[in-house]
Amino acid sequence: MTGRSEPGPARGFEYGAGSEPGSGPAIGPMPGASPGPVFEIEAEVRARGFAVSLAVQPGETVAVLGPNGAGKSTLLTLIAGLLRPDAGHARLGERVLFDVGAQHRSRWLPPHARGVSMLAQDALLFPHLSALDNVAFGPRSQGSSRASANARAAEWLERVGAEDLASRKPAQLSGGQAQRIAVARALASEPDLLLLDEPMAALDVSVAPALRRMLREVLADRTAIIVTHDVLDAFTLADRVLVLEAGRVVEAGPTREVLDRPRTPFAAGLAALNLLVGVRDGDAVLTDGGHRIRVSGLAAPPTESALDLGAPPENPAPASAPPSVPGARVGVSVRPSRVSVELPDGSPASGSTPGSVTALHPHSHPAATSDPTRNVLRATITDLEPRGDLVRVRSAEIAADVEPGLVADLDLAPGREVVFSFPADAALAYPL
Amino acid sequence: MTRTTTIAAAVLSAAVALTLAACSSGSTGAPATSAAPAATETAAALEGSITVFAAASLKSTFTELADEFEAANPGVTVELNFAGSSDLVTQITEGAPADVFASADEKNMAKLTDGGLIEADAPVDFATNVLTIAVPPGNPAGIAAFSDLAKPEVKTVICAAQVPCGSATVTVEEATGVTLTPVSEESSVTDVLGKVTSGEADAGLVYVTDVIAAGDAVEGIEFPESGEAVNTYPIAPVTASANAEIAQAFIDFVTGSTGQGVLSAAGFGKP
Amino acid sequence: MSSRSSDTYAGVPGWVVTLAIIGAGFVLLPLIAMATRVNWGEFIPLVTSESSVAALWLSLRTSLTATALCVLLGVPMAVVLARTEFWGQKILRSLVLLPLVLPPVVGGIALLYTFGRRGLLGQSFEALGITIAFSTTAVVLAQTFVALPFLVLSLEGALRTVGTRYEAVGATLGARPTTVLRRITLPLVLPALISGAVLSFARALGEFGATLTFAGSLQGVTRTLPLEIYLQRETDPDAAVALSLVLVVVAVIVVAIAHQAGEADGFRLRRTAP
Repeated sequence: MTGRSEPGPARGFEYGAGSEPGSGPAIGPMPGASPGPVFEIEAEVRARGFAVSLAVQPGETVAVLGPNGAGKSTLLTLIAGLLRPDAGHARLGERVLFDVGAQHRSRWLPPHARGVSMLAQDALLFPHLSALDNVAFGPRSQGSSRASANARAAEWLERVGAEDLASRKPAQLSGGQAQRIAVARALASEPDLLLLDEPMAALDVSVAPALRRMLREVLADRTAIIVTHDVLDAFTLADRVLVLEAGRVVEAGPTREVLDRPRTPFAAGLAALNLLVGVRDGDAVLTDGGHRIRVSGLAAPPTESALDLGAPPENPAPASAPPSVPGARVGVSVRPSRVSVELPDGSPASGSTPGSVTALHPHSHPAATSDPTRNVLRATITDLEPRGDLVRVRSAEIAADVEPGLVADLDLAPGREVVFSFPADAALAYPL
Repeated sequence: MTRTTTIAAAVLSAAVALTLAACSSGSTGAPATSAAPAATETAAALEGSITVFAAASLKSTFTELADEFEAANPGVTVELNFAGSSDLVTQITEGAPADVFASADEKNMAKLTDGGLIEADAPVDFATNVLTIAVPPGNPAGIAAFSDLAKPEVKTVICAAQVPCGSATVTVEEATGVTLTPVSEESSVTDVLGKVTSGEADAGLVYVTDVIAAGDAVEGIEFPESGEAVNTYPIAPVTASANAEIAQAFIDFVTGSTGQGVLSAAGFGKP
Repeated sequence: MSSRSSDTYAGVPGWVVTLAIIGAGFVLLPLIAMATRVNWGEFIPLVTSESSVAALWLSLRTSLTATALCVLLGVPMAVVLARTEFWGQKILRSLVLLPLVLPPVVGGIALLYTFGRRGLLGQSFEALGITIAFSTTAVVLAQTFVALPFLVLSLEGALRTVGTRYEAVGATLGARPTTVLRRITLPLVLPALISGAVLSFARALGEFGATLTFAGSLQGVTRTLPLEIYLQRETDPDAAVALSLVLVVVAVIVVAIAHQAGEADGFRLRRTAP
């Protein structure tokens, strides 16, 4: 999978307010960057309950998502050679990184010989070296002369837009500047595989977008694994995502497929989607919670446009088409912004995000429950969480994003029973 | 430390002073016989306490003598303070509460008489000591005479000229015309003995009493030239003493027959 | 360090301040008392006498050599203790630091039984024609023995504080362990290394007990400044006091340097804290 799927401007995904648009002009590969070798790992760390296998194609960027303690950092330290697995093997092209626990003799390549470099949450620039010397460290360590290492370092500083910082000491750099230089340093050692461990997590929200854009440039056609908490990183930087939970891979696939059609509550939460799970029942899905959800795409024979809106074009329909067999497990995803909330007695409480949704379902709209095209779920509010200029109203099964004014008008509070509703065309059904 | 040793036991022990010195206070089981014969040596009915500052080389003999003195004078307590003679001089000069000072040489005693802390005519010589060659057991370097110490292959350790045993060494060297090339000039006899007992040195110049006190750890080789440097031990009451009577009684005890017996058993010569 | 400025809340009880002043006086008064006893008229001749100069020069020479040995052996020890895990490591660390709490004379005796003529290694050395006893080498060994823990302790602490993250980054950039040690680890702990080395030097300079027991005392060979002071006291207290003052001055300079290095250390760690 060497071709990155560039999201077109028309399909710019929705995300929280203030986020950087994921679309942008396609940026070609860096001059001199080569796709590099295939990377494979299969490793087990028993003490941490970790057992993961993963393959990364040349030039591919894989995002590793997962809750805290899922084993994301363990995976990176195993690959970098900073942690020894109990069993497993890893290979980067022809190079065996480790082969441990089998009958034959164990093999273990020390970190410096792996051709794997790592970019951490903190820039971790060597505090006693100037920015230039930091970047030149890799080439120097690999035996380049001082002059050629410095030349390469200067070149990389320029590529990350930090040439004017060359003589600064790390203490004189801002977090964003330091992380740029850390990127230059990681790449100047010309790794066959680049590991990124939440590279944006420690940065100010104001500088993260610029760094993300830069990473998008340098990661094009580069083999990389990025651990992140941020779904935006996954969309922007990765071709494919891997979701880890409790040391196991629970979901894997092309970024859009996994995040538009989440199979686990974690992935759904990450993508900020409601996930309802149930079985197909004609043109609807009967959820495990006992609700019957009508889904537009299920009414008629499935079409690519209705069912596969978010899937990458190169993914064929069979993978995502709902099963025609009644009784098969089906997932339904719904954006909280398209879910309305009202009181059971019929007083209106429309979910109202700015834009088309609001236009379709204004406050004055008659009781949603009477609209046969809308799906209705009666549930008790468990939690209210302010998110930007909206409030997320949660229940056990579904959540809605509503305006704060509505929360006040309807006197919404945890423990209150309300009616959640959304139109059939807001739901996306897919097999699990 | 209870001191119930009787004079009778003390007189007996004087003959075997070295072996009993360490446990003289423990001989509580000795028969409590009359103290009459020895009591004539000291004035009767003394009461009080004195502090005796004595040269380190007198440690075992003076410990024993103090025990016996206390036994003979039940009302008297003797506190002892042992250190190098020059240290003691410094301490007394700085005002340490001493009643009696027993020096290992006349030079340090002179410092106090010059300083007016001790009456000029008060010091009495009570013992002498001469140098001897101490060698590790078996005498590995085959030392037989003083001149052997000057052989280049022999590792000789002596006292530095600044300390009494060192000045005695210099005197012997000058008298015999033998110039030693020591591997070390230690600041105390203990340090010289330490180098010999550990086998680091082939020979060391120390006092006869030190060799006797060291027991089997070293062998002593006497040499006639040692007579060239006889070290004399003077003792005197400190002028400022609040217990001059007891101080004088103690000095008389040391210079008397009991004292001389104990000192002689430890290897000291008569003045 | 804003906490040091006077306008921030300090909250130190008065009695603590009082006790602190008494404590400071306890340390400083003896030094002042000693300075008052110095015979200033004779000071220069006393400290420039042949034996004094020989002792000072010997002390500086041996202490510098001992410091170099401490760095040579102490840096690897600190790195191994801070960066590796092995069975019995805690016990080993305690034992390595033992000379800190051991009376120096005991150290001297232990060295004697190791490097002495009849010692564990000394016998082999003797067979090779190498004699350590009563030589300047013995002084250096005694000083190194007592000074080494200072360097190991200060460096190990710094290594643990700095952590391994920079080193890991260096390794993933392709640097071999030796390169990582030379270009990352050591520069990071350089202030601690300097202050540790300075402390070791100070300890070596003041070494007395182990030297006396193990090396002996001979002018220009093994009689270092503390031994010279001890000996001079026998006959020439003025010279002893004058030389003591020289030693105090050297010690004050050394402590000042160590403190400076320590400050730099703290500064650096603060600045790089994430």
